Amino acid sequence: MGRGLLWGAGVLAALFLLAPIVAILPLSFSAGSFLLYPLPGVSLRWYRDFFASDFWLPALWNSLLVGGAASALATALGTPAAFGLWRMRGAARAVALGVVLAPMVVPVIVVAVALLLAFGPVGLVATHAGLIVAHAALGAPFVVVTVLASLEGFDPVQLRAAAACGAGPVRAFLRVCLPQIAPGVAAGAVFAFATSLDEVVVALFIAGPAQRTLPRQMFAGLNDQISLTTAAAAAMLVGLSVLLLLVVAWLQARARRRSHARDALSPRSS
Amino acid sequence: MADPLVRFQGVRKTWRAGGPAAVEALDLDIARGELLTLLGPSGSGKTTTLMMLAGFEAPSAGRILLEGRDIARLAPHRRGIGVVFQSYALFPHMDVAGNVGFPLSVRGVGRADRDARVARALAMVRLEGLAERRPSELSGGQQQRVALARALVFEPPIVLLDEPLGALDKALREEMQLEIRHLHRRLGVTMMYVTHDQAEALTLSDRIAVFEGGRVRQLAAPRMLYERPADAFVAGFVGENNLLRGTIQERDGDECLVRLDCGPLVPAQAADCGGPGEGCVVAVRPERVAVAGVAASDLGGGAWPATLQEAIFLGDHVRLRLAFGDGGEVLAKRPAGAGALPDPGGPAAIAWPEGAAFAFREAAPRV
Repeated sequence: MGRGLLWGAGVLAALFLLAPIVAILPLSFSAGSFLLYPLPGVSLRWYRDFFASDFWLPALWNSLLVGGAASALATALGTPAAFGLWRMRGAARAVALGVVLAPMVVPVIVVAVALLLAFGPVGLVATHAGLIVAHAALGAPFVVVTVLASLEGFDPVQLRAAAACGAGPVRAFLRVCLPQIAPGVAAGAVFAFATSLDEVVVALFIAGPAQRTLPRQMFAGLNDQISLTTAAAAAMLVGLSVLLLLVVAWLQARARRRSHARDALSPRSS
Repeated sequence: MADPLVRFQGVRKTWRAGGPAAVEALDLDIARGELLTLLGPSGSGKTTTLMMLAGFEAPSAGRILLEGRDIARLAPHRRGIGVVFQSYALFPHMDVAGNVGFPLSVRGVGRADRDARVARALAMVRLEGLAERRPSELSGGQQQRVALARALVFEPPIVLLDEPLGALDKALREEMQLEIRHLHRRLGVTMMYVTHDQAEALTLSDRIAVFEGGRVRQLAAPRMLYERPADAFVAGFVGENNLLRGTIQERDGDECLVRLDCGPLVPAQAADCGGPGEGCVVAVRPERVAVAGVAASDLGGGAWPATLQEAIFLGDHVRLRLAFGDGGEVLAKRPAGAGALPDPGGPAAIAWPEGAAFAFREAAPRV
């Protein structure tokens, strides 16, 4: 009885979360032209339309370019930041962690306005570099969080062992620590990419016509002409996000296997 | 000591300014080629001393010289000292050859030379044929050997071992003790070994420094440490000892007479004690206490009455617990099969040879 209620509540919650997403997917295969069920027929015309369009195609490339570059930048900054935070102790650590994670907590609209004001005078508004830097700032906290989590399973005595072998701090990090936390770093990079991929608020504020990303274009598409190409774009974003989620799940499973191997290695396995 | 390899000079370590010292006024020389053990209970400063030599802790005061050069402020990776950690700290993402070859690859040793030296180091610790295994595929003892090979492969002037056998079971620990001892004798490499296990220290060491409360209480060869402990702490920590409280009655140079709190008046060597009227502790090794099943009066002088309370058979020897005087207790050990035991509760006498008892100042109360 109690179990049945629990299952019922769970299914309802999942429906609530997934139904709107699931509902949009078949529409992208509609042979008709309206956002309406039932479908008059099935076709790939909206996908053909998408890949032939100079409204959508540049936006897709922009999304991939900005997402890739922002993810690389966020990972390059977030990984050393996580390593530093991992070695910090006490109140300073709490403060530093708060600052690093701020972009996750501060409302995006506030970040967007702040970036617009800050980027204006230095000429970063309406440039690819500006959007990449902005998205890297939004993505970096995800890298910090995932890398910190994987560092929890890393034995700090190994850094001492590396030093006793003659390796300086940088080499010890690159050859001993980094290979072991690589799954966490990769998962962080994927999260940062996903963050950029579906980010629309900052893109609305600081992207120029040449930097329009896929979500930004969908937003515009809904305002101007309600075309089912938007549904096709949405379906592709969903597909890409699911793919990224699977990659993260795979990386995490790999990290877990590694940490099991490490537990077996510890002489004081408790 | 002429030209020591390592010299600690007035080294002191406090964890915070004005706080209690983990290591206090440490002056210690390590000779070339010796195996020096730092022995002590946990919190005695022995591991802190090792970590300061390795470079993972900075001394608050004093100098640490390696081959005459002050290294107290040198980064650990520039010291060229080999370290075996208690948890081994092998690199799980590298195979055995990768682990052992790591110090060489860091030093830019070429591939062919490296492979040859790794193979030699693995042969040295009897791990031939396991070069391609991951550490997680090895037993605890094998992981221990890999850690040892990794610390020796770059031929450091000194290797530090921090309780390296603590995680192994008893039989394997004893086997590895002998192996480390043989390795040390064969290679002639200087080693500093930290342990809280006095039997291990006696097995391995050329010299032992007994640590307590951040200070070295005695520095001596194992036999000397056992037979002539310098104070009550060392007497109680190294090997078993009967420690009997008393008051000094007479003192004549190195000899003294002590009235034990439990009654009897016994002679003792005045090792580290005051004059008449002062309190002391008399230490006698259990294996030096002779037990006879007759009344003490039948034995004449030098024997005291006692009552056997318990005899525990331990295979190679028997442990005897005896009531001694008024509320005192003495432990005696004797080889199994060395004559009949006195009846429990019946009359018995105990005696020890001249020079077997030492009188020490009572250990200062621990702060």
